[in-house]
Order: sequence, then C-alpha cells, then structure tokens
Amino acid sequence: MEDLTFDFIIARYNYWLVITLMMTGFYVVVSRGNLIKKIVGLNLFQTSVFMLYISAGKIIGGTAPIFTDNPDEVYSNPLPHVLILTAIVVGVATTALGLALIIRIKETFGSIEEDELLKIEHDYDTTGKMPTAEGRP
Amino acid sequence: MSVILIDVALFSFLLLTAFAIVRLRNLFAVTMLTSVFSLLSAGLFVTLDAVDVAFTEAAVGAGISTVLLLGTLSLTPHDEKPATRSPLLPMLVVFITGAALIYGTMDMPAFGSADAPIHQHVGPDYIERYPHDIDMPNIVTGILGSYRGFDTLGETAVVFTAGIAVILLLHRSTLGRRRREDEEEDL
Repeated sequence: MEDLTFDFIIARYNYWLVITLMMTGFYVVVSRGNLIKKIVGLNLFQTSVFMLYISAGKIIGGTAPIFTDNPDEVYSNPLPHVLILTAIVVGVATTALGLALIIRIKETFGSIEEDELLKIEHDYDTTGKMPTAEGRP
Repeated sequence: MSVILIDVALFSFLLLTAFAIVRLRNLFAVTMLTSVFSLLSAGLFVTLDAVDVAFTEAAVGAGISTVLLLGTLSLTPHDEKPATRSPLLPMLVVFITGAALIYGTMDMPAFGSADAPIHQHVGPDYIERYPHDIDMPNIVTGILGSYRGFDTLGETAVVFTAGIAVILLLHRSTLGRRRREDEEEDL
C-alpha cells in the first residue's frame, strides 16, 4: 500500500466521498423502520453508485463526449455514461414498484412501519387472526 | 484545482442533504430533500463530463421519483415513527462495509487519469469508430441507440414489466378511490 501523501489523497478523495454517501444511504436502509424511508435510502445508495461509475469514466483535462471541431480533443469515456443512463431508468421502475407495494401494505395492514408489521405477523402466527386496516390506530 | 474545489463543494452539499435525510422524520421534507439530492448529483455529473446522465438524473431522479413519492405520501402517513431499536448494529455494519470499500479503492487507478484500464479498450474504440458509422455529434446517444441498442431493449423490457406489476398491484387497491365513486354518483 502506498503512503498517504497529498497526491495519493487527491487521486482518491472522489471515491471516498462517494463511498461516504453510499454508506449514508445504506444506513437509512438498514436502520429505519419506515418503508418509504427505506426506499429513499435505496435511492441515495443508487445515486452514489452512479457517481462511482461516472467518476471512473472521467479524464482530467477531457471534455464531455460530444464531438468538437478540434481533432486533438480528449473525450471522457462515454461507455459508463451509457450504462448509467440505462440504470437510472431501471432505478425509477424499481422505485415505482416498491412504492406500489407500500400502498398495498398500508391498505391491507394499516401500517408502513416495520416493527408494527412484524407484530401483526407475529399475532397472526400465534392467534391465526388477521387484523383489518379499520381495526388499527 | 478549481475542478476539485467545485467537486468538494458539491459533495459537501450532497453530504449535508444526505445527513438531513437520515435525521428528519417528516416524510414530505425527506421527499423534497431527495429531490435536492438528485439535482445536486446532476450538477456533479456535469463536472464529471457526463452531461447526458446529468439531464436524465435531473428529469427522472429529481422529477419523476419525487412525483411518485408525493403520490405515495398522499395515501400513507406523513410522519415516520421514532426508532425503537438501537442504531448500534446498523452503524457497525455500515462502518465495516465502508471500511472494506475504502480499502478496495487503494488499488484503484487515480481519479481522472487517462492511463486507467477503463480508458484502454472499448471506450476509445467506440470514439474512434463512431465518426465513420454514425453522423451525430453526441457519442453517448449514438452508442445508446446503435452499438448498445440491445441494452436499451432490455431496459424497455424492465420498465414494461415494472409497469405491469404496478398496475396489477394497484388494480384492486381501494385507497384513494373515494373521489371516483363520487363522480360516478354525479353521473
């Protein structure tokens, strides 16, 4: 492993900041019980992964991959951009599916908090009775 | 150096937004901050030369995702209940994962270097062949539509499947249906 010199940090700070953001999103997903908050955390995580890919494609001194009149122009790598464009749209599709599931869970069990849902499941397992949405606070 | 300063400034805003999302329990505020986060990340994508990704993120991440979240919030409670469990275990998991990832970056090529393996094979090949194959200045659009058209077809299939699944899930939902019944009575 190289020493922690200034150049070494400058060459890596971008990855480290992205990882910090990613872990913030991960923390929201694992620590919060509210299902909507979990989806938001998943979105944070996802956007940070996009940043990691786009960082890999960047060339310092390069420009956006759109042809200019200058034949010696250096372009950043367009391939990660293409892959991430696909990933963004797929991400919205999964978010929509998750939110639709949350609406159905709210309708059936009257709650979107993980703790309460686990309690309902536990009650169902022990008594065999399914509580209705109207019967719950 | 100025690029690095802009980068660090944008990252500071992103981190502040992310921490506010962790702390806040009002889900409307969280939704708005998610939108702000997407917009800031779109700014970051512009500094990283990914202009197509930036405007897709601004339109889809800051726009459509926010609309979907607001639509869900109109049918569900607006406040998150206080956490009942200790945050220690999640903290531990997150720190260990983060440390492992940071350890992984030690071997990675320097940020922005033109010698990185990613810039040696497929990417430059596309840029070289592109002017002979496609007469359009934006390389990303061309690759998306032609060289990697099957990726886009797969993406369309995923979006279609998700759309069908959402319709099936909400088909029998009665939440938010009251207005339609009123309208039917009026007729």
